[in-house]
Amino acid sequence: MTTRIFGSGIRRREDPRLITGRASYTDDIKLPGTLHAAILRSPYAHANIKAVDASGAAGQPGVVAVYTGEDTDGVLNGLPCAWLIPGSDLKTPAHPAIAKDKVRYVGDAVAVVVAESRYQAEDALEHIAVDYEPLDVVVSPKAAAQDGAPQLHEDVPNNIAFTWALAGGDTDAAFADAAVTVSDTITLPRLIANPMEPRSALAQWSAASGELTLWNTTQNPHIARFVTCVVTGVPEHKIRVIAPEVGGGFGSKIPFYADEAITAFCSMKLGVPVKWTETRSENYLITTQGRDHIEEVEMAATSDGVITGLRTTVYAGMGGYLSTAAPGVPTILHGLMYSGPYNIPNISGTVYGVFNNGAPVDAYRGAGRPEATMLLERMVDLVAAAVGQDPAEVRRKNLIPKFENGHDVATGITYDSGDYESALDSCLSAAGYEALRAEQAQARAEGRCVGVGVSSYVEICGLGPSQVAGAVGFQGGLWESAIIRFYPTGKANVMVGSSPHGQGEETTFAQIVAGELGVDVDDVEVIHGDTDTTPMGWGTYGSRTTAVSGAAITVAARKIKEKSRALAAHLLEAAPEDIEYEDGRFYVRGSPDQHKTIQDIALMANVAWNMPEGMEPGLEASAFYDPPNFTYPFGAHVAVVEVDPETGHIDLQRYVAVDDCGVQINPMIVEGQVHGGVVQGVGPALWEGAVYDDDGQLVTGSMLDYALPRADLLPDIEVSSNSTPSPHHPLGVKGIGEAGTIASTPTVYNAVMDALRPLGVTRVDMPLTPEKVWRAINDARNGG
Amino acid sequence: MTVPVEITINGKACAGDVEERQLLVHFIRENAGLTGTKVGCDTSQCGTCTVQLDGVSAKACTVLTVQASGSSVTTIEGISDGVDLHPLQEAFWNNHGLQCGFCTPGMIMAANELLRNNPSPTREEIRHGLEGNICRCTGYQNIVSAVEDAAKAMGGR
Ligand code: FES
Ligand code: FES
Repeated sequence: MTTRIFGSGIRRREDPRLITGRASYTDDIKLPGTLHAAILRSPYAHANIKAVDASGAAGQPGVVAVYTGEDTDGVLNGLPCAWLIPGSDLKTPAHPAIAKDKVRYVGDAVAVVVAESRYQAEDALEHIAVDYEPLDVVVSPKAAAQDGAPQLHEDVPNNIAFTWALAGGDTDAAFADAAVTVSDTITLPRLIANPMEPRSALAQWSAASGELTLWNTTQNPHIARFVTCVVTGVPEHKIRVIAPEVGGGFGSKIPFYADEAITAFCSMKLGVPVKWTETRSENYLITTQGRDHIEEVEMAATSDGVITGLRTTVYAGMGGYLSTAAPGVPTILHGLMYSGPYNIPNISGTVYGVFNNGAPVDAYRGAGRPEATMLLERMVDLVAAAVGQDPAEVRRKNLIPKFENGHDVATGITYDSGDYESALDSCLSAAGYEALRAEQAQARAEGRCVGVGVSSYVEICGLGPSQVAGAVGFQGGLWESAIIRFYPTGKANVMVGSSPHGQGEETTFAQIVAGELGVDVDDVEVIHGDTDTTPMGWGTYGSRTTAVSGAAITVAARKIKEKSRALAAHLLEAAPEDIEYEDGRFYVRGSPDQHKTIQDIALMANVAWNMPEGMEPGLEASAFYDPPNFTYPFGAHVAVVEVDPETGHIDLQRYVAVDDCGVQINPMIVEGQVHGGVVQGVGPALWEGAVYDDDGQLVTGSMLDYALPRADLLPDIEVSSNSTPSPHHPLGVKGIGEAGTIASTPTVYNAVMDALRPLGVTRVDMPLTPEKVWRAINDARNGG
Repeated sequence: MTVPVEITINGKACAGDVEERQLLVHFIRENAGLTGTKVGCDTSQCGTCTVQLDGVSAKACTVLTVQASGSSVTTIEGISDGVDLHPLQEAFWNNHGLQCGFCTPGMIMAANELLRNNPSPTREEIRHGLEGNICRCTGYQNIVSAVEDAAKAMGGR
């Protein structure tokens, strides 16, 4: 029956338009009379602007207007930072949409040309003369925090935007008493998110109505509207933001960018639609990047490998300015997860958020949690090596035992439910762990470098209770809302505030409604992505859409069910408490023939010919859902690699993932998220990393130089799952979007280190490129 | 300086006066109004712009419109009417071979070429055949399954 649609891997309803090339992404939308914007970007990573002469561009073919920072100054407000973490001495220096006095990274906007065609706009950029006075540059976030480093913002000494500290238990005592301590410095390079769709904005200003419409590649149209209002001064109710088809984001389409503001500004100045679309090269320079951590980490343990303490000092690069959510990423989403799935009684950490001369850094898939999981899993492996025990066993003895309703950890948060040991067991057995170790011993005997990596993880997802959001300085709420509206024919629309962009929620949300109300899944259409037609919501990130919006939809569906029950009772001339519900039918207890289907109810509610006293017509319900806690999905992963010691080449041979995201609505989609997530975490372990040279020039400035995972470099990922429901979620779901990325970087890293251990190599910085691995092997051989 | 061109796209003649430097992908998207073909990069690396040019797969960002004048081009919109799907489209749908869908048109066009050259490829061969197309969402696994599936449907062993 229809309700069984919930929980089954039905194919996605969004696909037909996508596989036939009939979907419209922002850059595909054409409005009559649209002009095209191109933005002049600083070629310097750090420089004073002495003068900008745009006159040369004005007369170029097709050029309609040229604007500089002089034009936007005082008209556009600065771009706001929206995560003001308390107690951290946070500095939020001005971030103008177009730089007027100073540029702070290569790509900082300096001027904009609007022309009849994009080619013409780009041509004209060459005719703008900018007189720069180059300044000293600093790239490494740790170097940037030292005395005497070039200072990016006047009022931010040592470039330290914030200092965030965390303490639980007595870490100093734990280390003083420890039989075993291990330490390492872990560098997580900057990562370029690389959604395949470049960012784009199309702005249409109507002077007559005072309304601004913005089509935008955003993960969160309602936040984009809010910030557009802050930056342009157009009242919020006069702004319509539309996220049409959005081609991936991975966090990089959360922030509100200068480019959107500039595009809106141009349209408002000129009174015609203006479109801006970044090139991939621009994307690499200006779209927010991820990670950029230098983590100095120590772990204390007993001689038997029981972890007793963790201590960190982290330098987190922020880039030239604080992006929208940047301060929350290496703190709230990172430090609070330092316990991971383990019992660690004593934890302390200090995180410095540091300005450096690169693109702004913000959330990137996993956002803070991959950085935390990486350091923990690296430390656990070092502890295992130090005490001479198998890394899986050391994990097992430190895992938090199974719990179903709440577990407090030393960082001060409460996990919802977890069964970490089962996940580890499932993964080890799926991988054939014992056999793998035997094969590894055999390979080693033959002189081959085979490595097995294990990691356990837990993540904080389903963001989150709004009260907590407020307490940690997030300048918004974290609830979601939904409206379900039934029409006379029994078909329904679901309007949601969050806006998926590849995650398939047009399908999973319809499955929720089908499951709750027994309607055919094809009778439910999900509407999202347009602030004019959807209720308020806070967006798709932090693995929260299915968890939080899904809960809102569930609550709304249950309201529909209750109204339907009351109306059915009235129509069947029975008492509401005598009405039973089963699979889309409301019937009088004991006489299933006397029933009304949900479709009957939809018709009768909409025509309203015979309503009970006091009941409003229509069959529509809305719900605002603010989760009582975060959700905490978890799992365990295993990777097998072979390293060629002569070339440093790494062959990723197997990857086994067991994830527990609670109840699954569509297992096919869950599996797809794991595949993509795992590969996105394998990338930085083996290949990916944005490199800036000492002058702050991006060396990995194109897809030629930035090594993205490609089909031929990867094995099939062996995916399976467990299901531990979230106790506080109406459906028991937790979220799966980021799991793979969080787990796979340390899993693969640990596998490679395991392979290299017999050669005497103890550490290599990520990404583990053949050259770095080969050098490390050579250094070890030469006694280095 | 513009040059007159005429290109048959999906069986329909498209004429225009274009700049010599215009890329074919822009002619397809802007002049012909067929936006199924995507622009994902500016260094010929991503494959989102893949079309068939005179029956052979080509990255439309590496070809000038004027070079393609007189040629015939098939885009994603041309391999089926959008209702009766091409076996590759059907297989991508059945196998969850896409998430955000941005790489998908190029991926399907590249896979089409792959299957023409090798009607029953192994998974390994599919992975190699698609190395010029980047997908950031799927981790490729379900794309490989989709192509494998389509190969069967299209009569490969
Ligand atoms: S647009 Fe990337 S290869 Fe053509
Ligand atoms: S489906 Fe999003 S890039 Fe392939």
